[in-house]
Amino acid sequence: MITDLLEASPYSVASADKKRLLLRGLQELTVYHQQNCLAYHQLFNEPVEPFTDISAVPFLTVPLFKQRPLKSIPVEQVFKVLTSSGTTGTVPSRIYLDADTAKLQSRVLVKIMQEWLGKQRLPMLIWDSPSVIKSRDSFTARGAGIQGLSFLGRHHTYALNDDMSLNIEAINTFFERFGSGPVFMFGFTFMVWKFGVQALKEQGLKFDFQNAVLIHSGGWKKLEDEAVTAETFNSKTEDQLGHVRVHNFYGMVEQVGSIFVACEEGHLHCPSYADVLVREPGNWQVVPEGNVGVLQVLSLLPKSYPGHSLLTEDRGRILGEDNCNCGRKGKYFEVLGRMEKVEARGCSDTFERTGAGQ
Amino acid sequence: MSEEKIKQAFVKALAIPEEQVKDSLEYNSIKEWDSTAHMILIAELEDVFEVMLDTDDIIDMSSYAKAKEILRKYDIDC
Repeated sequence: MITDLLEASPYSVASADKKRLLLRGLQELTVYHQQNCLAYHQLFNEPVEPFTDISAVPFLTVPLFKQRPLKSIPVEQVFKVLTSSGTTGTVPSRIYLDADTAKLQSRVLVKIMQEWLGKQRLPMLIWDSPSVIKSRDSFTARGAGIQGLSFLGRHHTYALNDDMSLNIEAINTFFERFGSGPVFMFGFTFMVWKFGVQALKEQGLKFDFQNAVLIHSGGWKKLEDEAVTAETFNSKTEDQLGHVRVHNFYGMVEQVGSIFVACEEGHLHCPSYADVLVREPGNWQVVPEGNVGVLQVLSLLPKSYPGHSLLTEDRGRILGEDNCNCGRKGKYFEVLGRMEKVEARGCSDTFERTGAGQ
Repeated sequence: MSEEKIKQAFVKALAIPEEQVKDSLEYNSIKEWDSTAHMILIAELEDVFEVMLDTDDIIDMSSYAKAKEILRKYDIDC
Protein backbone atom coordinates (compact mmCIF):
# COMPACT_ATOMS: atom_id res chain seq x y z
CA MET A 1 0.00 0.00 0.00
CA ILE A 2 1.21 3.48 -0.72
CA THR A 3 1.93 5.51 2.36
CA ASP A 4 3.47 8.59 0.85
CA LEU A 5 2.23 10.17 -2.35
CA LEU A 6 5.53 11.94 -2.88
CA GLU A 7 7.16 8.55 -3.29
CA ALA A 8 4.47 7.20 -5.61
CA SER A 9 4.82 7.07 -9.36
CA PRO A 10 2.94 9.93 -11.00
CA TYR A 11 -0.10 8.24 -12.50
CA SER A 12 -0.57 5.05 -10.50
CA VAL A 13 -2.70 6.00 -7.50
CA ALA A 14 -6.46 5.41 -7.74
CA SER A 15 -8.88 7.86 -6.21
CA ALA A 16 -9.65 6.24 -2.84
CA ASP A 17 -5.99 5.93 -1.83
CA LYS A 18 -5.17 9.27 -3.31
CA LYS A 19 -7.92 11.13 -1.48
CA ARG A 20 -6.87 9.76 1.89
CA LEU A 21 -3.20 10.59 1.43
CA LEU A 22 -3.82 13.92 -0.23
CA LEU A 23 -6.11 15.04 2.60
CA ARG A 24 -3.50 14.12 5.16
CA GLY A 25 -0.74 15.95 3.28
CA LEU A 26 -2.82 19.06 2.67
CA GLN A 27 -3.93 19.09 6.28
CA GLU A 28 -0.33 19.02 7.46
CA LEU A 29 0.64 21.78 5.06
CA THR A 30 -2.27 23.98 6.09
CA VAL A 31 -1.38 23.68 9.77
CA TYR A 32 2.30 24.15 8.97
CA HIS A 33 1.68 27.39 7.08
CA GLN A 34 -0.64 28.69 9.79
CA GLN A 35 2.18 28.20 12.25
CA ASN A 36 4.98 29.49 10.06
CA CYS A 37 3.55 32.22 7.88
CA LEU A 38 2.08 35.17 9.72
CA ALA A 39 0.30 36.55 6.65
CA TYR A 40 -1.28 33.15 6.03
CA HIS A 41 -2.32 32.88 9.64
CA GLN A 42 -3.96 36.29 9.38
CA LEU A 43 -6.00 35.02 6.44
CA PHE A 44 -6.91 31.69 8.02
CA ASN A 45 -6.75 31.83 11.76
CA GLU A 46 -9.40 29.22 12.55
CA PRO A 47 -8.00 25.99 13.95
CA VAL A 48 -8.11 23.42 11.16
CA GLU A 49 -10.69 20.67 11.63
CA PRO A 50 -9.56 17.39 10.06
CA PHE A 51 -10.52 17.77 6.40
CA THR A 52 -12.95 15.18 5.12
CA ASP A 53 -12.97 16.52 1.59
CA ILE A 54 -10.40 18.23 -0.63
CA SER A 55 -12.83 21.11 -1.13
CA ALA A 56 -12.47 22.02 2.55
CA VAL A 57 -8.82 23.01 2.15
CA PRO A 58 -8.71 26.82 2.28
CA PHE A 59 -7.36 28.43 -0.87
CA LEU A 60 -5.46 31.59 -1.67
CA THR A 61 -5.91 33.59 -4.84
CA VAL A 62 -2.89 34.09 -7.04
CA PRO A 63 -2.80 37.92 -6.77
CA LEU A 64 -2.11 37.57 -3.05
CA PHE A 65 1.42 36.51 -3.98
CA LYS A 66 1.86 39.89 -5.62
CA GLN A 67 0.38 41.84 -2.77
CA ARG A 68 2.33 40.50 0.16
CA PRO A 69 5.38 38.39 0.87
CA LEU A 70 4.01 34.94 1.60
CA LYS A 71 6.69 32.71 3.00
CA SER A 72 6.87 30.12 5.74
CA ILE A 73 10.62 30.23 6.28
CA PRO A 74 12.93 32.73 7.95
CA VAL A 75 14.58 35.08 5.51
CA GLU A 76 18.02 33.47 5.96
CA GLN A 77 16.64 30.20 4.59
CA VAL A 78 15.44 31.76 1.34
CA PHE A 79 17.38 29.95 -1.35
CA LYS A 80 15.74 31.22 -4.48
CA VAL A 81 12.96 33.63 -5.38
CA LEU A 82 10.78 32.91 -8.39
CA THR A 83 8.99 35.83 -9.97
CA SER A 84 6.14 35.95 -12.41
CA SER A 85 4.50 39.05 -13.77
CA GLY A 86 1.43 37.10 -14.86
CA THR A 87 -0.67 38.59 -17.59
CA THR A 88 -2.28 41.59 -15.98
CA GLY A 89 -0.39 43.12 -13.12
CA THR A 90 2.88 44.96 -13.21
CA VAL A 91 3.87 43.81 -9.74
CA PRO A 92 5.32 40.32 -10.00
CA SER A 93 4.35 37.38 -7.83
CA ARG A 94 7.20 36.38 -5.57
CA ILE A 95 7.65 32.76 -4.58
CA TYR A 96 10.18 32.05 -1.87
CA LEU A 97 11.99 28.73 -1.99
CA ASP A 98 14.24 27.09 0.53
CA ALA A 99 16.67 24.34 -0.44
CA ASP A 100 14.30 21.52 0.51
CA THR A 101 11.32 22.83 -1.42
CA ALA A 102 13.50 23.54 -4.45
CA LYS A 103 14.84 19.98 -4.28
CA LEU A 104 11.39 18.49 -3.96
CA GLN A 105 10.19 20.53 -6.94
CA SER A 106 12.91 19.26 -9.22
CA ARG A 107 12.52 15.71 -7.99
CA VAL A 108 8.80 15.66 -8.70
CA LEU A 109 9.17 17.45 -12.02
CA VAL A 110 11.70 14.86 -13.14
CA LYS A 111 9.52 11.98 -11.96
CA ILE A 112 6.55 13.30 -13.92
CA MET A 113 8.58 13.99 -17.04
CA GLN A 114 10.20 10.55 -16.97
CA GLU A 115 6.76 9.22 -17.73
CA TRP A 116 6.74 11.14 -21.01
CA LEU A 117 10.41 11.15 -21.95
CA GLY A 118 11.92 8.06 -20.36
CA LYS A 119 14.86 8.10 -17.99
CA GLN A 120 17.54 8.78 -20.54
CA ARG A 121 18.53 12.39 -20.90
CA LEU A 122 18.00 13.32 -24.51
CA PRO A 123 19.63 16.04 -26.57
CA MET A 124 17.53 19.10 -25.81
CA LEU A 125 16.48 21.93 -28.09
CA ILE A 126 15.08 24.91 -26.21
CA TRP A 127 12.73 27.24 -28.07
CA ASP A 128 13.93 30.35 -26.32
CA SER A 129 16.96 32.60 -26.14
CA PRO A 130 19.85 31.97 -23.77
CA SER A 131 19.32 35.34 -22.11
CA VAL A 132 16.13 34.04 -20.45
CA ILE A 133 18.36 32.81 -17.64
CA LYS A 134 20.05 35.95 -16.51
CA SER A 135 20.45 35.67 -12.78
CA ARG A 136 21.00 32.55 -10.77
CA ASP A 137 19.36 33.79 -7.59
CA SER A 138 16.15 35.07 -9.03
CA PHE A 139 14.34 33.38 -11.85
CA THR A 140 11.44 34.48 -13.96
CA ALA A 141 8.77 31.87 -14.52
CA ARG A 142 10.20 31.28 -17.99
CA GLY A 143 13.72 30.90 -16.69
CA ALA A 144 12.62 28.59 -13.89
CA GLY A 145 10.72 26.38 -16.30
CA ILE A 146 13.66 26.06 -18.64
CA GLN A 147 16.05 25.51 -15.78
CA GLY A 148 13.86 22.82 -14.23
CA LEU A 149 13.36 20.94 -17.47
CA SER A 150 16.96 21.18 -18.52
CA PHE A 151 17.68 18.45 -15.93
CA LEU A 152 16.04 16.10 -18.41
CA GLY A 153 18.24 16.99 -21.34
CA ARG A 154 21.83 17.09 -22.47
CA HIS A 155 23.66 19.13 -25.13
CA HIS A 156 21.27 21.99 -24.36
CA THR A 157 20.83 24.13 -27.45
CA TYR A 158 18.90 27.38 -27.64
CA ALA A 159 16.97 27.72 -30.90
CA LEU A 160 16.48 31.48 -30.68
CA ASN A 161 18.77 34.49 -30.58
CA ASP A 162 18.41 37.22 -27.99
CA ASP A 163 16.21 39.23 -30.37
CA MET A 164 13.92 36.15 -30.73
CA SER A 165 14.98 35.50 -34.30
CA LEU A 166 15.72 31.90 -35.25
CA ASN A 167 19.27 30.81 -34.59
CA ILE A 168 19.32 28.79 -37.77
CA GLU A 169 22.93 27.81 -37.37
CA ALA A 170 22.27 26.37 -33.91
CA ILE A 171 19.17 24.48 -35.07
CA ASN A 172 21.03 23.14 -38.09
CA THR A 173 23.94 21.92 -36.04
CA PHE A 174 21.60 20.30 -33.52
CA PHE A 175 19.59 18.65 -36.28
CA GLU A 176 22.62 17.31 -38.10
CA ARG A 177 24.06 15.87 -34.94
CA PHE A 178 20.93 14.46 -33.29
CA GLY A 179 18.00 14.70 -35.73
CA SER A 180 17.94 11.02 -36.63
CA GLY A 181 17.57 9.87 -33.01
CA PRO A 182 15.33 10.73 -30.07
CA VAL A 183 15.44 14.37 -29.01
CA PHE A 184 13.63 16.50 -26.48
CA MET A 185 12.32 19.97 -27.31
CA PHE A 186 10.94 22.42 -24.82
CA GLY A 187 9.51 25.90 -24.99
CA PHE A 188 6.70 28.16 -23.95
CA THR A 189 3.62 27.73 -26.09
CA PHE A 190 3.54 31.19 -27.64
CA MET A 191 7.31 31.24 -28.13
CA VAL A 192 7.36 27.87 -29.88
CA TRP A 193 4.49 28.95 -32.06
CA LYS A 194 5.38 32.52 -32.93
CA PHE A 195 9.17 32.49 -32.97
CA GLY A 196 9.59 28.81 -33.81
CA VAL A 197 6.97 27.15 -35.98
CA GLN A 198 5.66 30.30 -37.67
CA ALA A 199 9.09 31.81 -38.20
CA LEU A 200 10.29 28.58 -39.80
CA LYS A 201 7.27 28.59 -42.08
CA GLU A 202 7.80 32.22 -43.11
CA GLN A 203 11.37 31.45 -44.00
CA GLY A 204 10.42 28.25 -45.79
CA LEU A 205 12.53 26.12 -43.46
CA LYS A 206 11.70 22.52 -42.55
CA PHE A 207 13.53 19.98 -40.44
CA ASP A 208 12.71 16.32 -40.54
CA PHE A 209 13.35 15.19 -36.99
CA GLN A 210 12.84 11.42 -36.78
CA ASN A 211 11.81 11.07 -33.14
CA ALA A 212 11.20 14.24 -31.18
CA VAL A 213 9.08 14.99 -28.14
CA LEU A 214 8.04 18.62 -27.78
CA ILE A 215 6.90 19.68 -24.32
CA HIS A 216 5.36 23.13 -24.18
CA SER A 217 3.55 25.16 -21.58
CA GLY A 218 2.43 28.61 -20.56
CA GLY A 219 -0.46 29.24 -22.91
CA TRP A 220 -0.68 32.34 -25.05
CA LYS A 221 -0.21 35.20 -22.58
CA LYS A 222 -0.43 38.47 -24.48
CA LEU A 223 -0.92 36.66 -27.77
CA GLU A 224 -4.43 35.45 -26.94
CA ASP A 225 -5.58 36.82 -30.32
CA GLU A 226 -3.13 34.55 -32.10
CA ALA A 227 -4.03 31.42 -30.11
CA VAL A 228 -4.64 28.27 -32.13
CA THR A 229 -6.17 24.94 -31.14
CA ALA A 230 -4.02 22.05 -29.98
CA GLU A 231 -4.75 20.21 -33.24
CA THR A 232 -3.48 23.13 -35.33
CA PHE A 233 -0.51 23.65 -33.08
CA ASN A 234 0.50 20.01 -33.24
CA SER A 235 -0.01 19.53 -36.96
CA LYS A 236 1.78 22.75 -37.95
CA THR A 237 4.64 21.82 -35.65
CA GLU A 238 4.95 18.50 -37.45
CA ASP A 239 4.83 20.29 -40.81
CA GLN A 240 7.95 22.27 -39.90
CA LEU A 241 9.82 19.88 -37.64
CA GLY A 242 9.00 16.33 -38.71
CA HIS A 243 8.05 13.49 -36.37
CA VAL A 244 7.21 15.30 -33.18
CA ARG A 245 5.02 14.04 -30.37
CA VAL A 246 3.62 17.13 -28.69
CA HIS A 247 2.60 17.36 -25.04
CA ASN A 248 1.27 20.55 -23.51
CA PHE A 249 1.37 20.99 -19.77
CA TYR A 250 -0.48 23.26 -17.40
CA GLY A 251 1.31 24.53 -14.34
CA MET A 252 1.76 27.58 -12.20
CA VAL A 253 4.91 29.31 -11.05
CA GLU A 254 3.27 29.16 -7.61
CA GLN A 255 3.35 25.36 -7.83
CA VAL A 256 6.48 24.56 -9.80
CA GLY A 257 7.05 20.82 -10.06
CA SER A 258 3.58 19.31 -9.77
CA ILE A 259 2.57 19.97 -13.35
CA PHE A 260 -0.41 18.69 -15.32
CA VAL A 261 0.71 17.09 -18.59
CA ALA A 262 -1.62 16.43 -21.52
CA CYS A 263 -1.76 12.77 -22.56
CA GLU A 264 -2.15 11.33 -26.04
CA GLU A 265 -5.88 12.11 -25.79
CA GLY A 266 -5.11 15.76 -25.11
CA HIS A 267 -6.35 15.54 -21.51
CA LEU A 268 -4.41 17.27 -18.74
CA HIS A 269 -3.62 14.73 -16.02
CA CYS A 270 -3.24 15.31 -12.29
CA PRO A 271 -0.13 13.57 -11.01
CA SER A 272 -0.21 11.76 -7.65
CA TYR A 273 1.14 14.89 -5.95
CA ALA A 274 -1.56 17.30 -7.08
CA ASP A 275 -5.26 17.68 -7.61
CA VAL A 276 -7.70 20.06 -9.23
CA LEU A 277 -11.18 21.35 -8.37
CA VAL A 278 -13.56 23.57 -10.32
CA ARG A 279 -15.49 26.35 -8.59
CA GLU A 280 -18.33 28.54 -9.74
CA PRO A 281 -17.44 32.24 -9.87
CA GLY A 282 -19.49 34.22 -7.38
CA ASN A 283 -20.48 31.63 -4.83
CA TRP A 284 -17.20 29.72 -5.20
CA GLN A 285 -18.86 26.36 -4.65
CA VAL A 286 -17.34 23.28 -6.23
CA VAL A 287 -19.24 22.32 -9.38
CA PRO A 288 -19.90 18.74 -10.59
CA GLU A 289 -17.64 17.00 -13.07
CA GLY A 290 -18.12 18.36 -16.57
CA ASN A 291 -19.26 21.83 -15.51
CA VAL A 292 -17.15 24.84 -16.42
CA GLY A 293 -15.80 27.10 -13.72
CA VAL A 294 -12.61 28.47 -12.24
CA LEU A 295 -9.78 26.04 -11.57
CA GLN A 296 -8.37 25.50 -8.11
CA VAL A 297 -5.06 23.65 -7.98
CA LEU A 298 -3.70 21.76 -4.98
CA SER A 299 -0.18 20.48 -4.56
CA LEU A 300 1.78 18.68 -1.86
CA LEU A 301 5.01 20.45 -2.75
CA PRO A 302 4.81 24.01 -1.40
CA LYS A 303 6.39 23.92 2.02
CA SER A 304 8.46 27.10 2.11
CA TYR A 305 5.48 29.24 1.06
CA PRO A 306 1.71 28.72 1.49
CA GLY A 307 0.95 27.80 -2.12
CA HIS A 308 -0.51 24.33 -1.61
CA SER A 309 -4.07 25.38 -2.46
CA LEU A 310 -4.66 28.12 -5.01
CA LEU A 311 -7.56 29.53 -6.91
CA THR A 312 -6.24 30.23 -10.40
CA GLU A 313 -7.53 32.81 -12.86
CA ASP A 314 -8.18 30.11 -15.46
CA ARG A 315 -11.43 28.53 -16.52
CA GLY A 316 -11.76 24.83 -17.13
CA ARG A 317 -13.63 21.65 -16.40
CA ILE A 318 -12.98 18.18 -15.06
CA LEU A 319 -13.42 15.47 -17.69
CA GLY A 320 -13.11 12.37 -15.51
CA GLU A 321 -11.09 10.50 -12.94
CA ASP A 322 -9.09 7.26 -13.18
CA ASN A 323 -10.79 6.36 -16.48
CA CYS A 324 -8.97 8.18 -19.26
CA ASN A 325 -8.42 6.10 -22.39
CA CYS A 326 -4.68 6.54 -21.97
CA GLY A 327 -4.82 4.34 -18.87
CA ARG A 328 -3.37 6.80 -16.39
CA LYS A 329 -4.96 7.24 -12.98
CA GLY A 330 -5.97 10.56 -11.50
CA LYS A 331 -8.36 13.32 -12.46
CA TYR A 332 -8.10 14.72 -15.95
CA PHE A 333 -9.34 18.06 -17.15
CA GLU A 334 -9.13 20.79 -19.74
CA VAL A 335 -8.31 24.48 -19.50
CA LEU A 336 -10.64 26.85 -21.36
CA GLY A 337 -8.81 30.16 -21.16
CA ARG A 338 -8.64 32.99 -18.69
CA MET A 339 -11.42 34.18 -16.45
CA GLU A 340 -13.19 37.35 -17.52
CA LYS A 341 -11.59 40.38 -15.89
CA VAL A 342 -14.74 41.25 -14.02
CA GLU A 343 -14.99 37.71 -12.67
CA ALA A 344 -11.38 37.87 -11.64
CA ARG A 345 -11.90 41.12 -9.82
CA GLY A 346 -15.03 39.77 -8.18
CA CYS A 347 -12.99 36.82 -7.15
CA SER A 348 -10.29 38.72 -5.36
CA ASP A 349 -12.85 41.11 -3.80
CA THR A 350 -14.89 38.22 -2.51
CA PHE A 351 -11.80 36.61 -1.30
CA GLU A 352 -10.51 39.66 0.49
CA ARG A 353 -13.86 39.89 2.26
CA THR A 354 -14.65 36.30 3.11
CA GLY A 355 -11.66 34.11 2.47
CA ALA A 356 -9.42 36.61 4.13
CA GLY A 357 -11.51 36.36 7.23
CA GLN A 358 -11.80 39.63 9.06
CA MET B 1 42.80 8.36 -8.47
CA SER B 2 39.21 8.56 -9.64
CA GLU B 3 38.22 10.28 -6.45
CA GLU B 4 40.71 13.00 -7.22
CA LYS B 5 39.14 13.40 -10.66
CA ILE B 6 35.67 13.71 -9.12
CA LYS B 7 36.95 16.29 -6.70
CA GLN B 8 38.50 18.30 -9.53
CA ALA B 9 35.24 18.10 -11.49
CA PHE B 10 33.44 19.62 -8.49
CA VAL B 11 36.07 22.34 -8.14
CA LYS B 12 35.80 23.21 -11.80
CA ALA B 13 32.02 22.96 -12.24
CA LEU B 14 31.03 24.70 -9.02
CA ALA B 15 33.98 27.09 -8.97
CA ILE B 16 34.75 26.42 -5.32
CA PRO B 17 38.06 25.78 -3.53
CA GLU B 18 39.14 22.19 -3.10
CA GLU B 19 38.85 22.36 0.71
CA GLN B 20 35.10 22.77 0.33
CA VAL B 21 34.69 19.49 -1.53
CA LYS B 22 33.99 16.86 1.13
CA ASP B 23 31.43 14.12 1.68
CA SER B 24 29.12 16.39 3.61
CA LEU B 25 28.89 18.93 0.80
CA GLU B 26 25.23 18.99 -0.26
CA TYR B 27 23.37 20.15 -3.34
CA ASN B 28 21.58 23.46 -2.74
CA SER B 29 23.45 23.99 0.53
CA ILE B 30 25.74 26.60 -0.98
CA LYS B 31 25.01 29.24 -3.59
CA GLU B 32 27.65 27.77 -5.88
CA TRP B 33 25.88 24.41 -6.14
CA ASP B 34 22.47 25.34 -7.44
CA SER B 35 20.50 23.85 -10.30
CA THR B 36 22.50 25.75 -12.93
CA ALA B 37 25.80 24.54 -11.52
CA HIS B 38 24.34 21.05 -11.13
CA MET B 39 23.90 20.72 -14.88
CA ILE B 40 27.46 21.95 -15.45
CA LEU B 41 28.69 19.44 -12.89
CA ILE B 42 26.82 16.57 -14.53
CA ALA B 43 28.22 17.47 -17.94
CA GLU B 44 31.71 17.67 -16.45
CA LEU B 45 31.43 14.26 -14.75
CA GLU B 46 30.08 12.73 -17.95
CA ASP B 47 32.99 14.19 -19.85
CA VAL B 48 35.68 13.15 -17.42
CA PHE B 49 34.44 9.59 -16.94
CA GLU B 50 32.78 9.05 -20.33
CA VAL B 51 29.50 7.93 -18.81
CA MET B 52 25.88 8.81 -19.57
CA LEU B 53 24.04 9.69 -16.38
CA ASP B 54 20.26 9.34 -16.46
CA THR B 55 17.66 11.58 -14.86
CA ASP B 56 17.46 9.47 -11.68
CA ASP B 57 21.21 9.92 -11.19
CA ILE B 58 20.87 13.68 -11.51
CA ILE B 59 18.15 13.85 -8.90
CA ASP B 60 19.92 11.40 -6.57
CA MET B 61 23.21 13.25 -6.73
CA SER B 62 22.41 15.29 -3.65
CA SER B 63 25.87 15.39 -2.10
CA TYR B 64 29.51 14.79 -2.88
CA ALA B 65 29.32 11.43 -1.10
CA LYS B 66 26.30 10.52 -3.19
CA ALA B 67 28.09 11.53 -6.39
CA LYS B 68 30.81 8.97 -5.65
CA GLU B 69 28.20 6.32 -4.87
CA ILE B 70 26.45 6.94 -8.18
CA LEU B 71 29.66 6.87 -10.19
CA ARG B 72 30.54 3.53 -8.59
CA LYS B 73 27.42 2.13 -10.25
CA TYR B 74 29.16 2.89 -13.53
CA ASP B 75 32.23 0.92 -12.46
CA ILE B 76 34.25 3.92 -11.53
CA ASP B 77 36.60 3.05 -8.77
CA CYS B 78 36.39 5.79 -6.17
